[in-house]
Amino acid sequence: MSNGHLAPRPGFVLDVDRSSPPVLFHHGEGFRLEKLPADRTRVIYPAEPLEGLADPDGAIRSALLNPLGDSEPLPALLHSGMKLTIAFDDISLPLPPMRRPDIRQRVIEAVLDLAAEAGVDDVHLIAALAIHRRMTENELRHAVGDRVYDAFAPSGRLYNHDAEDPDGMVVLGQTPHGEDVQFSKRAAESDLVVYVNINLVAMDGGHKSTATGLSGYTGLRHHHNVHTMLNSRSFMDQENSALHASNWRMGKVLRDADVKIFQVETTVNNNTFGREGPMSVLQKREWEWSPKDRAGFLAMQQGLKLMPSAAKRKVFSSWLAPYELTSVQAGEVEAVHEVTTANVYKQQLVPVEGQTDVLTMGLPYICPYNVNSIMNPILVMCLGLGYFFNLYRGKPLVREGGVLIMGHPTPWEFHPVHHPSYIDFFEQVLADTTDPAEIEKKWEKQFAEDEWYKHLYRTSYAYHGAHPFYMWYWGAHALQHLGRVIIVGGDTAAVRRMGFQPASTLQDALEMSTDVVGPQPTITHLKNPPILMADVT
Amino acid sequence: MARLSFPLRATPVPNGVEPPPPVRHTGTDFDTDWARSQPARVARLALVEGVMRPVMSLVASPAVKGLDRLDRLDGPVIFAANHHSHADTPLMLTTVPEPWRHRLVVGAAADYFFRTRIGGSIAALAIGAIPIERTKVGRQSASLATDLIGDGWSLLIFPEGGRSPDGWGQPFRGGAAYLAIRCNVPVVPVHLQGTGRILRKGKKLPQPSRTTVTFGDPLQPGEDENSRAFAARLEAAVAALADEATSDWWQARVRAHAGTSPDLTGPDIGAWRRVWALGDRDRRAKRNRRHWPEL
Repeated sequence: MSNGHLAPRPGFVLDVDRSSPPVLFHHGEGFRLEKLPADRTRVIYPAEPLEGLADPDGAIRSALLNPLGDSEPLPALLHSGMKLTIAFDDISLPLPPMRRPDIRQRVIEAVLDLAAEAGVDDVHLIAALAIHRRMTENELRHAVGDRVYDAFAPSGRLYNHDAEDPDGMVVLGQTPHGEDVQFSKRAAESDLVVYVNINLVAMDGGHKSTATGLSGYTGLRHHHNVHTMLNSRSFMDQENSALHASNWRMGKVLRDADVKIFQVETTVNNNTFGREGPMSVLQKREWEWSPKDRAGFLAMQQGLKLMPSAAKRKVFSSWLAPYELTSVQAGEVEAVHEVTTANVYKQQLVPVEGQTDVLTMGLPYICPYNVNSIMNPILVMCLGLGYFFNLYRGKPLVREGGVLIMGHPTPWEFHPVHHPSYIDFFEQVLADTTDPAEIEKKWEKQFAEDEWYKHLYRTSYAYHGAHPFYMWYWGAHALQHLGRVIIVGGDTAAVRRMGFQPASTLQDALEMSTDVVGPQPTITHLKNPPILMADVT
Repeated sequence: MARLSFPLRATPVPNGVEPPPPVRHTGTDFDTDWARSQPARVARLALVEGVMRPVMSLVASPAVKGLDRLDRLDGPVIFAANHHSHADTPLMLTTVPEPWRHRLVVGAAADYFFRTRIGGSIAALAIGAIPIERTKVGRQSASLATDLIGDGWSLLIFPEGGRSPDGWGQPFRGGAAYLAIRCNVPVVPVHLQGTGRILRKGKKLPQPSRTTVTFGDPLQPGEDENSRAFAARLEAAVAALADEATSDWWQARVRAHAGTSPDLTGPDIGAWRRVWALGDRDRRAKRNRRHWPEL
């Protein structure tokens, strides 16, 4: 271990005093070192990476043969003449993308090997991307490996889910709440669906894998909406998440419709930037940086300052995390997911006492929707107010009416291929209103049913027309909860367009926050990534 | 000129005394220790990286597959590959990944490569060859290989015992399996596709061709498995890799589980029909041999 200790150390809360060093803030494709006010600030540090499994392939095989819940072992579910569909998580997981071999490749190869042994001929592999953008050939190859790709893609048996294919989707019924359960027709008609998941955060997995991943706008609109988001506290905490409750209801409809799902869930450790190497400094605690770490960091800082933003993006996008598999479990969806969630919590949960007036966070270069792409302002909002704000269990880290300060360059820049509907959302919708409920009511349908966006989603590599709306709704709970949002170092016009306040420095932002929370506010910094989830009591 | 006298010249064996047996320096008696000294290793490194790699890149343009299957492997291993050509060894020396690449010895036929001292020295220096008897598992070569594996060296061996005479494989001999059991190390099956066209048996000049090197899942000998059974398993694994290289991974797995992987040794038919049946099994070559424009 890099820390020289026998076991990885858990996450903890540092009370900042005068002797505390400046804290590393991620800042898009860059970093800032910020000195936080003494005696009223605390910094939440993530846990060190847990040890990975020594024999991942052995563990995967064992999980397939010894399933959880009321499921039979996978070999007993496979037989000659059956229809098998293997669905897997898309490019949004894990973050950053992991080094080869990707976990999905390991699991899919193990599943296919058993299917080959059983003589199964009719096999389809589907990237369960719901209304995300399609994965490119290189991205699919990275996820499933060249062997699987070369065996299935040329014959059209490995492909991206198409939620707008009128012949490829089916509504299997309604939940008692009147929610349509829309599902991939191929998966619905299969004798068995094996879902291969990477559970990076507690929000992922469970029935959400299939009920969302293999669904379309008709189904998603029932839980990807403002009402659900406002009633998910947080959406990272399944027990208190309306988002999950809806997905679980849909899971029951799938079960009742005789869709047999064999869920394979995996968890990874916090080894996002490596225990050694140039990026390892990003997962070390500042006072443990060696002279080499400090020199490397300064060189990286200076180098990044000299690079144009496109080059910086390229450098950061090329980083592949050396994640290690910490657990794999398979079988019946709910039984599997219970164990998976416990394993996610084991790595990420950090106990925190009490809320704060001001929450600070440094947003990194990547979120689930800009892999190999541009982090546009809407995604900045989604990452900060959606994902990071919701990384809590119990109650939010910041009190109601408090201030959220996040650092990110927030460029007024969009990837024209990946995010075409985002451009119009930003120019047209946000210019009209930033209120999620009003946006939903007035604009969503128009974008979701736009034929051009549908065409780009189906044939190009574009997110669906409804996707930027969901990103905005993702932050609805935070918007309702917070008194003010300040973005440090962002493009002033872009920040203002979203209804937030721009600030040049953290000190300015802290000064501005006193208007809302009063002088000498308590401050908490969420030092993320590597990922942590605050267990706030 | 006056003849030199003893001790400046050797004295003849006195009459009535049995002459000592001649000391052999060839075949399995060839001493290759010097070829694993630091200077020799540096020279070999320069040769492999400076000469073999660019040459292989030029004449073989190798596509390397399955390296991810080795990512959890640690310590010395035995690489067992099919054998079509003299290009196989340099191809393997340049495609075997680190940390094995530069701590690798090659099992070479004692009766071929080590027939003369000059030839043996060149083989030992250039490719790190050690003499192996190909007709049987000889005590001397087995001990040498065992000692080297014990010292952390990995071994590249061609279990067919020689290059293919007609493009099809030959039955695997038990040497690699025996050593794996004796040293308790894993064997990595490797399939080489396309090298037969570069420098097959009987050819003097290489002909450029595209090649594919497929590394398979490491195999561990079972607890009660004898070398004959393990060699058969190894051959089946290489046959499955050959199937993978010529069809795809999924079809290869289906056939491997059904026990219907195409035999490495080819069909048991007349010679010309065997050559005919060889056909063009290389997908990479097929893809690029397009003589007509696509309209």
